Amino acid sequence: MKEVKLFLGPQHPGMHGNYSVHMYVDGDMIKKARPTPGFLHRGFEKLMERRFWMGNLALIPRICVVEPDINEMVYAMGIEALADVDVPERAHWIRMIILELGRLAIHMMSIGGIGGPTGMYTATYWGIAQRDLILDLFEKITGARIYHMYIVPGGVRKDLPEGILEDLAKVLDQLEKNLPEYEELILRHPIIHTRIKDNILLPASVVWELGVTGIGMRSATGAKNDLRKVKPYARYDQVEFDVPTATYSDALTRMNLKYQEMHQSIRILRQVMEKMPPDGPVRTAFSPGSALRYTVPAGMVYTAVESSRGEYGYFIVSDGKEKPYRIAVRGASYAQGLLGIEKYLPGYRIDDASIWMDTMGVCSPEIDR
Amino acid sequence: MNRTKSMFSPIRAWEYLFREPVTLHKKDVFVNPREASDRYRGFHQNDLSLCIGCGTCSEICPTDAISMVAVEGLIHEEGKKDERPAFDYGRCSFCGLCVDICTSDSLCMSKEYIHLSQDPDSFFYLPDASGIHEKEADKGYQRDEVSELLDLVRQKMDQEDPSRKSSFVEIMKGYSKKEALEEAARCVACGICTDTCPANMNIPEYIRAVFDDDMEEGMRQIYKTNPLANVCGRICTHKCEEVCAISHRGEPVAIRWLKRYLVDHASEEDYEAGALSSVTAFVQGKVAVVGSGPSGLSCAYYLRTLGYEVSVYESQALPGGVIRYGGPEYRLPEASVLKDISMIEKAGVQFICNTKVGVDITLETLHAEYDAVFLGTGFSLSRPLKIPGYEHPDVLYAIPFLASVRDYLRDMGPIPVVDQKAVVIGGGNVAFDVARSLVRLQEKLYGTSCVHMAILESRDQMLADAEELEEGLEEGLQVHFAYGPQSISIVDDRIKGLHVTKVQSIFDAEGRFNPSYDQTDQKVLEGTQVYMAIGQMPEYAYLNDEMRDRVLTKRGLIAVTDGGQIEGYPWLFAGGDIVRGPDIINGVATGHQAAKAIDLWLQTKP
Repeated sequence: MKEVKLFLGPQHPGMHGNYSVHMYVDGDMIKKARPTPGFLHRGFEKLMERRFWMGNLALIPRICVVEPDINEMVYAMGIEALADVDVPERAHWIRMIILELGRLAIHMMSIGGIGGPTGMYTATYWGIAQRDLILDLFEKITGARIYHMYIVPGGVRKDLPEGILEDLAKVLDQLEKNLPEYEELILRHPIIHTRIKDNILLPASVVWELGVTGIGMRSATGAKNDLRKVKPYARYDQVEFDVPTATYSDALTRMNLKYQEMHQSIRILRQVMEKMPPDGPVRTAFSPGSALRYTVPAGMVYTAVESSRGEYGYFIVSDGKEKPYRIAVRGASYAQGLLGIEKYLPGYRIDDASIWMDTMGVCSPEIDR
Repeated sequence: MNRTKSMFSPIRAWEYLFREPVTLHKKDVFVNPREASDRYRGFHQNDLSLCIGCGTCSEICPTDAISMVAVEGLIHEEGKKDERPAFDYGRCSFCGLCVDICTSDSLCMSKEYIHLSQDPDSFFYLPDASGIHEKEADKGYQRDEVSELLDLVRQKMDQEDPSRKSSFVEIMKGYSKKEALEEAARCVACGICTDTCPANMNIPEYIRAVFDDDMEEGMRQIYKTNPLANVCGRICTHKCEEVCAISHRGEPVAIRWLKRYLVDHASEEDYEAGALSSVTAFVQGKVAVVGSGPSGLSCAYYLRTLGYEVSVYESQALPGGVIRYGGPEYRLPEASVLKDISMIEKAGVQFICNTKVGVDITLETLHAEYDAVFLGTGFSLSRPLKIPGYEHPDVLYAIPFLASVRDYLRDMGPIPVVDQKAVVIGGGNVAFDVARSLVRLQEKLYGTSCVHMAILESRDQMLADAEELEEGLEEGLQVHFAYGPQSISIVDDRIKGLHVTKVQSIFDAEGRFNPSYDQTDQKVLEGTQVYMAIGQMPEYAYLNDEMRDRVLTKRGLIAVTDGGQIEGYPWLFAGGDIVRGPDIINGVATGHQAAKAIDLWLQTKP
């Protein structure tokens, strides 16, 4: 047997390629895979120790580029727990709008994105175009399209702009109307089926072995393990939604779960619009003084939220000063992205490697943090 | 999901030709850009007329994208720095924290999406209100109440309730540790206060020390420029707070009270370690200081840190001058004064009391015995108002009265003779000191009080601090704004009251002091004593005629060079009230400057 060493990545910034995998292939088959993380390493955790508690807001969204809001949320939840502050009621609901819009955006990008590795770019264009409408909403609410810096410790940075709920309803209606089309085009498309159905399997035993969470876990084990349900934060305990599950996890199943989750997100957002208090405060100070001297009481805390890829958590240690003593990030894709690639990518074909990375939910910056 | 489809199904795609596209068709995005949302965080715009150059934006910036740059041609204004923020868009992350924390509300972000240039330098620029493309783009992201990153509300300090008027107990109770730490957290450490303080105190540094709970460091920072920490922590005129960056949108940081917190809460070891750390052995020469008021004490202390042997001559029985005999006990307790003076004594300064220069010892003798002499004799005489009846023995003056009150309170004199009804002329802080001391003595003697104040200025023009008026009214003062004293009515050799007339204007058309009155509005303020507190003036008994001619200015002050040296008499230096007019912090500042000037002169003279 002759082996050839090929490189997946790290040449492409922004998609699967920026996480490098050395593949030893025999013909088309991957025999051995070596993940080489670090090409996106910017030392987020260390950088956070050198910045003010508020200054970190500019940094943390960059840990996961396409789904930045979860970072802001766990960071805020951690500080709120340490400082023992109550977030105003309205802020909880606004946060849910942001988080669910974020989930819709990344699922849209992911479902469309499958067109990349499968070679059907129409899906990608459609997905990205739909996501852009959500980014417009983000721009109106937060002032930025990608790095929102909107969920801040103690609440949200500004109240919702006027008329935003009407805009939101419009986008949701339009998205809901388009979703069956996307399903038709992408999830039921014979070409894509050929590529991803019964491909890239994730057995329940691997879930337990690696510690995979999120859609990976739910699709393989049937467990309704969604932090929004099992350990609700914000006001997820006051809205109704289902956690879609399956017991057979191939790439298609996982895409289907994402699709179903989008329907649930739309359902949550509709309830939020109905149930959120029409006015009231949206932010409480977590520390006296100016932002240059905000302090967080000494202590340590682990907070986690349900990201699109699974449990996403921060372990925050404060020594009572103006900057964090230590923050460790639990990236949701760490388990499958680092250990999983090495152990379970071999056995697949070269052209499946990208699909593997995509549907297993590997977001490289959160491994390289 | 293998569904069989019609062979015509691809034709369905035609329907997309007739749908409205989600993408926008723009011919030229630079000329005709898509409009951003109202909160869009684009490029910075800075209203340079509002910006005070405090640099808080630069401090909060998480990417170090903002540097403070000296601006050529900027006219220096009090309370502003001569620097303005410049932005490096190679580093900026467009987070907008700079906008949220801007102390003067000058900074905002525009709605522009794009900056395209082949010149890399254009990505580093100092914005004005027109922004990076100099075309007054619409404002995008702006701070609002929710996104506020400053703490605009000052920590409240506990104070005695109005029943305090029957005693001389200190009114302000000081900050607790928690309150002080929270107040210190409001500071943005811009240093505009330092530039404004006459003594250039290291204010951000000692506030930082409060925040870090490092009392020794705090004391050291204070004593670097001010050896009257207790006094200035209580009765300083706090020019620093007037220019505080936070005061542009909120209440200024309580700088004076934080200084007081340090001196009140520092342990004895921390206090001494901080206060005496720079005092050195006697190695240099001998200097005489005339007058032990703020400027004399300050000069003496700093000469000690420079290694000089210092003797301070004081005409009264106790050192301290205005802080010992002027300020009222309820603002400045004896213990605080004692603490400051004893620390200066511990630094090795020798006090020679009951010795009036010009009477008990001449200036010439001092010149002969010492290498240099510093004059800090202050304003020790009350200015009289020569209205009919002013020579009556029951017309009393602020300075001797306040001194007798202090002497009485430290058991060194009898209780001052105070009648049941009194009238005070004057509207400055000293007038309120007199009036409120009178109230306390009347309460003590008669159980009731009646003090009228005739103030020439209207309420808006009042010279005294607002808190003096507020507290005085609480204590039952009867304040008559814009009433000018005309005469003292005397019946059977007893004062009956003060005739006052409504003031129309204080200054004439040329801006000279020349009050005009509305003769139709007159009244008599009843009282059997009249206290004059319209100002103080210096006494120069120690100067001979020739010196008077040479050194006194038109206003009766002493003309000095920058360091306090007197021209024609290089061995003679002056500071304090007689150089700059009455203000304790000015005294401290000029005393310190003179100490440095004396050192320089002695070290460089041939």
